[in-house]
Amino acid sequence: MQETISFFSGFTPNDLWFMGEAALRTLWISALSITIGTVLGGVFGWMLYEGKLTAALTLAPVLDIFRSVPLIIQLVLFYNFAPIVGLDLDPFGSGVVILTIYTAALVANVARGAIEAVGKPMRRAARSLGMSYWQDMRYVVLPIGGRAVFPAWVGVALGVMKDSALVSVLGYVELLKASQILITRTQEPFLILAIAGAFYFALSFPISRYAAKLEQRWAQ
Amino acid sequence: MIEIRGLEKYFGALQVLKGIDLDVAKGEVLSVIGASGSGKSTLLYCINGLEPIQKGSVIVDGTDVHAKGTDINKLRQKLGMVFQQWNSFPHLTALENVALAPKIVKGKSKAEARDIAERQLRHVGLDDKLNVFPSALSGGQQQRLAIARALAMEPTYMLFDEATSALDPELVGEVLDTMRLLAEEGMTMICVTHEMGFARDVSDRVAYFHQGVMEEIGPPEQIFGNATSGHTRKFLANVR
Repeated sequence: MQETISFFSGFTPNDLWFMGEAALRTLWISALSITIGTVLGGVFGWMLYEGKLTAALTLAPVLDIFRSVPLIIQLVLFYNFAPIVGLDLDPFGSGVVILTIYTAALVANVARGAIEAVGKPMRRAARSLGMSYWQDMRYVVLPIGGRAVFPAWVGVALGVMKDSALVSVLGYVELLKASQILITRTQEPFLILAIAGAFYFALSFPISRYAAKLEQRWAQ
Repeated sequence: MIEIRGLEKYFGALQVLKGIDLDVAKGEVLSVIGASGSGKSTLLYCINGLEPIQKGSVIVDGTDVHAKGTDINKLRQKLGMVFQQWNSFPHLTALENVALAPKIVKGKSKAEARDIAERQLRHVGLDDKLNVFPSALSGGQQQRLAIARALAMEPTYMLFDEATSALDPELVGEVLDTMRLLAEEGMTMICVTHEMGFARDVSDRVAYFHQGVMEEIGPPEQIFGNATSGHTRKFLANVR
């Protein structure tokens, strides 16, 4: 009997290694985007708070667009149109840019909420001690407001990490893309998606646990 | 010395101070009384520049508070302020609350700032609460913490904005005692207050405010015993 050529082969320990590497890439692109996006979002939030009317008319609608248009559409549009304006970015670069702006758009509202959470009387008390505007921001508003909105920020960060799966449509081999490659080869979607899910859980769970610990300590 | 000349203050179209002239000399304790909405709290905010003014001037030790070139942050170090809501920084211990401004505003070293904070907390009787967070302190203790925090900047003047109004009745005494102590030590104080007993016993002068106007000012015996203004008499008859 003639051997058939096999296109498919089973799941091997090596594939687990392959997925682990992809999980690190998910972590890397998420960490980078969340970090830069949070700093940028903080600045945007401050502008929304201080700029009042000007910011409400200019910045707010732009952020609304990035918050409202599905991430997958933003990614595909940006990846395909960026070269036209001379930005030659690989899938990773494009993914970081869009995830960063997306994070910043979400964090902007969180950051504005943080500043609003610190009441005017508290800030006047700080200023009455001779603190400058920026000293008040750095030593009073940031720690008090930051703690108030920390749970909301953790929600944004975990959401962005999961949403980073969408960068797979650009061909960046993060966790989801790696899973698709393996599913095509092994034809074992249940097993591989379960493993991918476990990896995502392993990335998120320590973060949410650590966040809960921090909140507990601050509550004292 | 604080010199206030022709001070006018508006909130939008509403005029809350209608031309105030007032001098407060070093070492003096001035109590400001009057109904809510009479502009007495706003006066304090205008003295340390937390509220802009529309007309007139406020001069503190020769410096115009509201002039363009004035370094307001530097000037405020002379003007300690205690608020109705004590506004302790919730993320810092009592010691850190008091040490923060000396450290970041005056550039004191960590050890120096700690020394100052310990001394001021002892001053207001909180030396057993150094490492306690404000959430574990009573309202009266938090208000004394706020006084220590203001004193840590070594101000020349202390402004009290209804420092006891938000406190439970049984906690008012400890804060008034602390304010009395400061007065005895010779601190220059402007106290906006509803505590008539304090105003009568501790003040050198008492000013009565009515609808944005300083109706009457004089020694407590005069205001409480022999007020010339009908508004003052009516107000005092009502609060007694």
